[in-house]
Amino acid sequence: MSGVRHLYVHLPFCAHRCGYCDFVTLVGRPGEHGAYVDALLRELQLEGGLLAPRLETIFLGGGTPTYTEAAALRRLLAALPDAGEITIEANPETVTPALAAGLRAAGVNRVSLGAQSFRPALLDVLERRAGPDAVRGAFATVREAGFENVSLDLLYGIPGQRPSDLEADLDDALALAPEHISYYELEAKPGTRFTHAHGDELARQADAMEGYFERVVETLTGAGFRWYETANFCRPGREARHNLGYWLGRDYLGIGIGAVSTVGARRWRNAPKLGAYVAALARGEAPARELELLDAGTKARERLMLGLRLDRPLRFGDVAEAIEPDGLARVVRLGLAERRNGDLALTRRGRFLGGAVTAELMA
Amino acid sequence: MSLEQIRNFSIVAHIDHGKSTLADRILEVTQTLTEREMREQVLDSMELERERGITIKAQAVTVAWKGHILNLIDTPGHVDFTYEVSRALQACEGALLVVDAAQGAQAQTLANAYLAIENDLEIVPVVNKIDLPSADPDAAAREISDLIGDTPDHVLRISAKTGEGVEDVLDAIVERIPPPQGEPDAPGRALVFDSSYDQYRGVVAFVRVVDGDFRPRERLRAMAQGTQFETEELGVFAPDRSPRERLSAGEVGYVITGLKDVSRLKVGDTLTHAAKPAAEPLPGYKDVKPTVFAGLYPTDSDEYPELRDALDKLKLNDASLFYEPETSQALGFGFRCGFLGLLHMEIVRERLEREFDLDLLVTAPNVAYRVRTKAGEEVEVHNPADFPREVEEVEEPYIRASTIVPKEHVGAVMELNTERRGRFDHMEYPSQERVLLQYDLPLGEVVYDYYDQLKSRTKGYASFDYDVIGFRPGELVRVDIMLAGEPVDALSIIVHRDSAYGRGRALVDRLRQEIPRQMFDVPIQAAIGSRIIARETIKAKRKDVLAKCYGGDITRKRKLIERQKKGKKRMKQVGTVEVPQEAFLAVLDLDGERR
Repeated sequence: MSGVRHLYVHLPFCAHRCGYCDFVTLVGRPGEHGAYVDALLRELQLEGGLLAPRLETIFLGGGTPTYTEAAALRRLLAALPDAGEITIEANPETVTPALAAGLRAAGVNRVSLGAQSFRPALLDVLERRAGPDAVRGAFATVREAGFENVSLDLLYGIPGQRPSDLEADLDDALALAPEHISYYELEAKPGTRFTHAHGDELARQADAMEGYFERVVETLTGAGFRWYETANFCRPGREARHNLGYWLGRDYLGIGIGAVSTVGARRWRNAPKLGAYVAALARGEAPARELELLDAGTKARERLMLGLRLDRPLRFGDVAEAIEPDGLARVVRLGLAERRNGDLALTRRGRFLGGAVTAELMA
Repeated sequence: MSLEQIRNFSIVAHIDHGKSTLADRILEVTQTLTEREMREQVLDSMELERERGITIKAQAVTVAWKGHILNLIDTPGHVDFTYEVSRALQACEGALLVVDAAQGAQAQTLANAYLAIENDLEIVPVVNKIDLPSADPDAAAREISDLIGDTPDHVLRISAKTGEGVEDVLDAIVERIPPPQGEPDAPGRALVFDSSYDQYRGVVAFVRVVDGDFRPRERLRAMAQGTQFETEELGVFAPDRSPRERLSAGEVGYVITGLKDVSRLKVGDTLTHAAKPAAEPLPGYKDVKPTVFAGLYPTDSDEYPELRDALDKLKLNDASLFYEPETSQALGFGFRCGFLGLLHMEIVRERLEREFDLDLLVTAPNVAYRVRTKAGEEVEVHNPADFPREVEEVEEPYIRASTIVPKEHVGAVMELNTERRGRFDHMEYPSQERVLLQYDLPLGEVVYDYYDQLKSRTKGYASFDYDVIGFRPGELVRVDIMLAGEPVDALSIIVHRDSAYGRGRALVDRLRQEIPRQMFDVPIQAAIGSRIIARETIKAKRKDVLAKCYGGDITRKRKLIERQKKGKKRMKQVGTVEVPQEAFLAVLDLDGERR
């Protein structure tokens, strides 16, 4: 019964660091992949006691997990426990039939493919290596390897993206018939190379982004996808169960550099330095971590923030202490949220304004 | 000390013409302060004074020079404090009139010189900054001597910065300024020319003894107000307070009163002995009334008690500050404050923010209106939100405005004054290059963005000064602003009927830019009574989401939302609309309105 049922594994290596990326990533370093995987497995062993006997989900994220040197990746997958859903993030250019078959054989049953766009010029802006054909090819390859649950990651708000580009990207994505689509607005973090290069253009198109988001939601829901989370769409029954765990406020264990875990009232983040991480675990010690204690109020505010991202109602009693009554009255009056039978749910318009509504509601 | 050996003088100058530097140099040359004690602007003790290079409170210092005692009374030169300046001048027999050798006479020079002449002061003209490369001492000397009816060779030429000529200035003070007159044996009379508040000892009066003498532990009475107290201590400024056993006719010094409230001892009042009072007070006392009003609100409404305490404390040191509690539908609890002018308002605001660490919202300033309602009732209105709807007649305060400007900018000033409903009075030529323009202007037009306009239209070359000359009828209307159908009292303005449409339009435009988009459409309307004169709509936001949120992001995203929540709390909730503080200042600065 008790025990953490969601495991996140961070694989930081990438062939190239894309300008807009703000994840913990490391370029290249093929010689270090093996040692890193050793360290991951040691951390898993160290924290294994927290895990439930049977895991619901495992998510291998990055970086580019599929860029990890083949033998090391194989060793990792073989050592991971079994789970109902095992997802791996993949970049199109890394996907080969052999890789896909290997993943499948190792028990991976879901692939999240980083497409971002199908427009060559926009992919260039994002510094993505794979062109549109490589995206399509990779998709076909994972299908041929027998993956029945494939997600596409797409971006809107790419500098220079015109409305017709968005329409075309939506068409191209739907033509592949994925089970799941994540569609994010490009976030240009201050201080990144990308913001430096494209900040002005992003500011100029900020207003258009409202229309883009509406377009994405309309098109995908029109094509039969469920808008089950602010930025995520799925065919019936094909939610990302791992991510759903976060949104439902479940505990999760994260291993690897920069990985975050939340168990009960404790949240910790591993330090992002590869060398120190590997060295600590080689000595049998836990890596350097930043610990955050979550009091009941904070937990409730997070429940509210995360829960309101979903299309399912939130039990009012679970979040009551995080809610400011005046704010609630206001958003209800404005038709942005509804209370029904002890539940709290956002209306469709409320979901488009989810961030502002959450801020309004939050005590 | 015999009267013959005393000289009481003040220094009058336009801002930045070197008044404080000259005062510093005088303290140095007379060895009142050692080199170690010396610093710039010694007499300006307030942080704000030193930073802005202005004098806010009068200050006095006693120095010795060649067997004489010289009392320098440093005054605020600004028009807002004209009454204080005139009291300080009344305490003197002479004044140094300091003019910058490069800039010549400016509006404040003139205003203060005339004030000095009106007070029968002997004027010692001084051209300062002769060391500047751009200095034209001869031209400045000609100008200044024309102004006071003297001859140019009588004008001293100095550099307060280098010290050149400062000794000549001291000699001239002794030679040209007459010693004080007074009756050493008559019942005591002392003019209060300023006061300050000492948190341990209460009100300290700055006085010039005219007749008789004063000693510690005597019971004194302020003749105009009737306030009585026992003198705890008296003495002279050297420049710090230096106790004496006696202050006699002709001397300048201080009296520690023990009073706990400066408003009980006002500038201009006459101190006399309670037991043996003088028959007549010294002339000229008047109760100064505020001319400019604004609402002061704490940004965080929880800080209301702190604001009240801060105003109470500030008032201890500033008898001319007026305030009373006020409630705004839009801004909550605050105070309606009255000031002597815009500079006074700015100073009070800055002191509240700095010395008391308050975050304030100040509404657009307005003047006082005298209104006769249709019902025949007469009211004085200090807040546009209180302006009656049914008005029979309105009177507004007028000023006599003097502007000195290089002749090529005369047209620009006339144009501005005409736009502001000014009535041309006359024109003078203090020099070949410069023109003095006198206009009667509604003060209400001056508190609204006049200085910035004057500065930009004359490229900064105009200097401006004014006197309040009384109330005159005006065709004034109240323009209300409504957000999402709700009137916002703090944004109401009183304007002339002819400019109501333009101002309403500009205000609405400006608010549309200042108020962020909300979760619903927000109509903004300007109205006179029930008639809408301008309208805009802030379209509702269509999207406000955090793009993604996974296990590793949760803390950061939660903090983002919490920050967004805090941002909302900083805004003022007007009905359902969240209005940022800045929007309330939109009234002050309607960019582009007149272009």
